[in-house]
Amino acid sequence: MSLLLDISHIDMEFPTPTGSFKALDDVDLKISEGEFVSLIGHSGCGKSTVLNIVAGLYQATKGGVILNGKEVSEPGPERAVVFQNHSLLPWLSAYENVELAVKQVFGRSKSRRETKEWIEHNLKLVHMDHAMHKRPDEISGGMKQRVGIARALAMQPDVLLMDEPFGALDALTRAHMQDSLMEIQAELNNTVIMITHDVDEAVLLSDRIVMMTNGPAATVGEILDINLPRPRSRLDLADNPEYNRLRSEVLRFLYEKQRKVEPFTNGNKSAASKKAEQAA
Amino acid sequence: MNSSATALRQLLTNQASSFRYAAMINHVLKNMGIPLLGIGLFLLLWAGAAQNINTSLGKFPGPSAVSTQFVALYNEHVAEREKADKFYQRQEKRNAERMAKDPSYQAKIRGYTGKETFLDQIFTSLITVSSGFLLAAIIAVPLGIAIGLSKTLNMAVNPIIQIFKPVSPLAWLPLVTMVVSALYISPDPIVAKSFLNSMITVTLCCIWPMVINTSVGVAGIDEDLVNVSRVLRLPALKHVQKIVLPAAIPMIFTGMRLSLSVAWMVLIAAEMLAQNPGLGKFVWDEFQNGSSESLSRIMAAVITIGFIGFLLDRLMLQLQRWVSWDKSSAQR
Repeated sequence: MSLLLDISHIDMEFPTPTGSFKALDDVDLKISEGEFVSLIGHSGCGKSTVLNIVAGLYQATKGGVILNGKEVSEPGPERAVVFQNHSLLPWLSAYENVELAVKQVFGRSKSRRETKEWIEHNLKLVHMDHAMHKRPDEISGGMKQRVGIARALAMQPDVLLMDEPFGALDALTRAHMQDSLMEIQAELNNTVIMITHDVDEAVLLSDRIVMMTNGPAATVGEILDINLPRPRSRLDLADNPEYNRLRSEVLRFLYEKQRKVEPFTNGNKSAASKKAEQAA
Repeated sequence: MNSSATALRQLLTNQASSFRYAAMINHVLKNMGIPLLGIGLFLLLWAGAAQNINTSLGKFPGPSAVSTQFVALYNEHVAEREKADKFYQRQEKRNAERMAKDPSYQAKIRGYTGKETFLDQIFTSLITVSSGFLLAAIIAVPLGIAIGLSKTLNMAVNPIIQIFKPVSPLAWLPLVTMVVSALYISPDPIVAKSFLNSMITVTLCCIWPMVINTSVGVAGIDEDLVNVSRVLRLPALKHVQKIVLPAAIPMIFTGMRLSLSVAWMVLIAAEMLAQNPGLGKFVWDEFQNGSSESLSRIMAAVITIGFIGFLLDRLMLQLQRWVSWDKSSAQR
């Protein structure tokens, strides 16, 4: 597999009234084409900051992101983002939300009919073709997130960035969404970076799990390769010893090696950690 | 057995429908009865109080005197229209006669110059307020969007807005009058100066709530939606058109409704002072006239002003319901 995305030694510092706060320290990660990578870590560890830098929404203080041999300097549709709270435009229907993206990305290169077919194809992919003319306030949280994914997929991104895409959903809906995502992944074989808090989700979906240390100055702690055969089924995996070993690896990292201790100190540090929460 | 079951079922449906009727009557009583009761009590209080207020123009008008005047005002309007029609008929006839005598005669049509009736005044006021309001909206919405998008511009403009916002229309009016007479010089004016005076005064007063609310709406757009726009690389104009404007629509309408009610209040005051035809001038003229009917005619005007103000607000709300995607913000 060829190298697609190179997150090269990035540092991130946020200016605060009490001096600059270092959120990331030398985060270095290489991602190949078609790979599904999860970023996991406690809240405030800067996972979202990494994602936002890859998306181009933030600029790294040091280092940079190289996609297909070109440095990333601004946001763009080749790095489509699925936001945690769907971020659909509430005044547009599901179809129109995807349409806005498709028209902007493909413009005149697709005819009117091709555009329509492409929008419908992507909504079908996420099983939203039955409600594509409903507006976001008329559909459930899981459905909104499906539309958000359809919108991102419709941009045909080189890399799909997902910021805790299922974090706001209930457990059952989340499981459904994970299955859907695996289905889509099997079909399209996208390159994906996903942020998650959920250990099971990370092991189930990923090819690699990147575990981040706690902030401030967070960095890549350990990387775990997940070599479970695909397609994966959550039921079969429940008794799979390899699955359970990987799962406990992640748990051990999170709750033994990087146990989150809430700081009780006041002054500079608490202000800094608050900033980190915002950044994450 | 079978028939008794049918009877029972009938009895049950009857009972159900009578329950439904009872609920409906209850609902109507609650929604119509209580407001009517309020209005009735108010009329009683008004009539009682009016009895005991003596002015130099006679007793303060009670509800019955005012309702008489409503009818009288309407009749005057009808009479005036008839007079105007007759005037035009006479003129036409005269012109036709002269044309018959002398084919080279160029007929001149002269406008009717009777006095404006109460209904004419209402109409004029509505024209003035809507022109002033529209002008304000044309300036305020783009300005509000620009201020909402740029923190720097906001910092620069905000003090000016905060200072001009509380200024009363009466303070603006003399300035506006002088500026209009200095700048608006035309041998054949399209609109009267007095109309411009009150219109511009209305604009100056109702521009601020719209600017402020629009800018707050724009500045408060969900960060994620802005990020969506950035990821899509929407050009600036498209960003405003597709993201900013729809997102700010509920707040823009809030500002517009505030502005329109300010505009209506300001207009009456401006018309009184600017002597622009309209409801304000009607009130002022009646006050100057000082007949025994004046007070009840003014009171009729007061009620009309209030009622029109209420209707304007409802109209705006209805417009918001049509235009805005956020139905929850268009409830009251």
